[in-house]
Amino acid sequence: MFYREAGDFKTSYASDGQTFPILFDRWRYYIVVGFAFVVVPLFLTEYLASAVLIPFLIWSIIAIGLNILTGYCGQVSLGTGGFMAVGAYACYKFMTGLDVWYVTQCAGGTNLFLLCTGDATYELLFRLPAFNILLSVLMGGLTTAAVGLLFGLPSLRIKGFYLAVATLAAQFFLIWLFNKWSWSYNFSASGQINAPTRSFLGFEISGPTADAVPKYLFCLVIAFVLAWFARNLTRGRLGRSWMAIRDMDIAAEIIGVNPLTAKLSAFAISSFFVGVGGALFFSVYLGAVEVGEAFGINKSFLALFMIIIGGLGSIFGSFAGAAFIVLMPVLLKNIMVGGLGWPTDIAAHFEFIILGGLIIFFLIVEPHGLAALWRTIKEKLRLWPFPH
Amino acid sequence: MKFKTLATATLTTVLAASPVLADLVFPSLSYRTGPYAAGGIPFADGYADYFTLLNERDGGIGGVATRVIECETAYNTEKGVECYESTKGEGSLVYQPLSTGITYQLIPKASADGIPLHTMGYGRTSAANGKVFEWVFNYPANYWNGASHAINHILDINGGDISGKKVALVYHNSAYGKEPIRTLEELSAKHGFDFMPIAVDHPGQEQKSQWLQIRRERPDYTLMWGWGVMNQVAIQEAANIRYPMENFIGVWWSGSENDVLPAGEGADGYKSLNMHNVGSDFPIFDDIQQYVVDAGKAAGAGDQIGSVLYNRGLYAAMLAAEAARKAQEIHGVEEITAAMMRDGMETLEITEARMAELGMPNFGPEFSVSCENHGGPGLGAVQQWDATAKTWELISDFKQSDIEVINALIEEDSQAYAAENGITPRDC
Repeated sequence: MFYREAGDFKTSYASDGQTFPILFDRWRYYIVVGFAFVVVPLFLTEYLASAVLIPFLIWSIIAIGLNILTGYCGQVSLGTGGFMAVGAYACYKFMTGLDVWYVTQCAGGTNLFLLCTGDATYELLFRLPAFNILLSVLMGGLTTAAVGLLFGLPSLRIKGFYLAVATLAAQFFLIWLFNKWSWSYNFSASGQINAPTRSFLGFEISGPTADAVPKYLFCLVIAFVLAWFARNLTRGRLGRSWMAIRDMDIAAEIIGVNPLTAKLSAFAISSFFVGVGGALFFSVYLGAVEVGEAFGINKSFLALFMIIIGGLGSIFGSFAGAAFIVLMPVLLKNIMVGGLGWPTDIAAHFEFIILGGLIIFFLIVEPHGLAALWRTIKEKLRLWPFPH
Repeated sequence: MKFKTLATATLTTVLAASPVLADLVFPSLSYRTGPYAAGGIPFADGYADYFTLLNERDGGIGGVATRVIECETAYNTEKGVECYESTKGEGSLVYQPLSTGITYQLIPKASADGIPLHTMGYGRTSAANGKVFEWVFNYPANYWNGASHAINHILDINGGDISGKKVALVYHNSAYGKEPIRTLEELSAKHGFDFMPIAVDHPGQEQKSQWLQIRRERPDYTLMWGWGVMNQVAIQEAANIRYPMENFIGVWWSGSENDVLPAGEGADGYKSLNMHNVGSDFPIFDDIQQYVVDAGKAAGAGDQIGSVLYNRGLYAAMLAAEAARKAQEIHGVEEITAAMMRDGMETLEITEARMAELGMPNFGPEFSVSCENHGGPGLGAVQQWDATAKTWELISDFKQSDIEVINALIEEDSQAYAAENGITPRDC
């Protein structure tokens, strides 16, 4: 009854190849997008924005990024948390005005202009003006893409679990770096970075006085544009070459897919998404970040769980996985503590039990994730109420 | 008839669900789960029990009942944000997150929302400058006072001269652990000791390499800025390398029963700082027994009463309640708002007479807060663990720290914050 092709005639290749070829599906998509852009801001409370919707959108961006690498290109990565940190710290440096220093005196070592092997005296070479929030977030993404490219190089030699371990090294190295390198946190005593107030089109997006609606819309626009971009990318030549590499890299190489460009482009684009997500995570969502706590190894696992539960190789699956992992704990907490009045510690323990149980249940019922479940439902709905 | 019942039921539910306005709300961002739960549970219990006692015994503060809303953060900043957002609309008077990471997050938010933040002995040290940090308080003592207390204690032992001695700092590699480094560097220049910082990563269960380094370098004194499981592991490791325990001094967050008990006899003689008294030998504990425990209203499992961190929770609650009382006094209304609470905190004065009246004689130092000084005088004492009696004992009075060095650092750091965030320091 729903999702039927009957009567939905295509008269051009473009209309035949569109993302949502079924009219009903297309309308459902328009309604969801319209709802998110128009209706939600009307009823947005500060709690809903900063505890539920903004983290959901940011995690969706990150999950799409990881899905490009792992779901589409088949390269397992455990470095997501580290790449998020790169995005966040790069965004911070551009928000506050990137400063570059050079060595004036180098006692007991060689002076390499930017580096010194001995005791150095530094002087400011130049300082960029502070960027607005959109530019800072984009620069966060681009810096992460460059770093991701670098850490993607081992993928040309190693695969599978070995690659996972190599990316794990990226995770630990990057966290260590941002703890150690005082330039990255503007030499603050505590090593914390704080997002100053920055605006876009006259609306405050980051900082403590920013309103919920502009923050939400800012994240929504970025998430929407990036999801749209990712969806079309994966349907095109590049996406097909990634999938060829994922399915069998030797065969892909024989039919003419260049593994160097395919793998490295997947790393770069995936890291761009993760970097943008990390930048938003710091500047819009949290506002203050401590690298070890906010971008630790558990964030890498969280992102991996999202795409596994949501569905590998699916944009919708990235959203579904992020929704499951981010929204479920908040929902459970509100039901158990707010609704039933349970003690907070018992509720917290139950949250783990229920979430863990649900993950196992979903993976047994549908090993290919929520996206596959959604596909099955759509198939069923087409025939409903006549199953044959 | 049926409809009427249903309507009544709905109405009752709505009434019960909407917040009762006539009470003073003290949110408690606690953590009873996760790697730091051992520290979070006793603090949250003490905090909740004191307000329960006020409600049961005195009918609240100034005749208005208090209400503690607990929200589990698991020491996690994202959950901290969620907790803050979900409780700030309930008329919350003051936030005490018991986490330096969450504090850093809440400083700008709470300042923008006009809700005071009290970070007792943790958080951002330079918040002691009330001209810049209007809504943040960290009396009665802060990390930099703590660093100075530890060094002063070492000075006392050595007759005032520690030049050439080696002092190590084992610290939690986070904003919390990094806080004292700048002060210690400053003090090392002043007193001529060698300073050696050694970082331990979250959560701190693995410290073999750090203690190997200590074993090799043999520092004369070792300080520790640890929390949660890190403390227990460090004390155990120190016992394993036979480090002289009386030369091992923790900050006040590294000195509870949970930290020393696992090491057994090996922890005997371990020292830590404290900002309040220890033990349950105070009249208030009789009241807690009578009105809270015997009435079955104790928070948590009720097994933490009298432990160091329980007392700290109790102390934090007492300071909050006294500030609320002060606010009621100044503004002449019983149902105070968060802004009035801030005025109360700013004019708070804790005297020995008042503490004795509350059943807590000599529980903490006497101090007062002012508009420009949100940090109090920074008095602190040293306590020592007796492994056979299984008790902590204060071995010094509440003493003054090196205010001269610290005030200069506070001024510098708070001015940097003001410049970064475009704050014009207010006149006091």
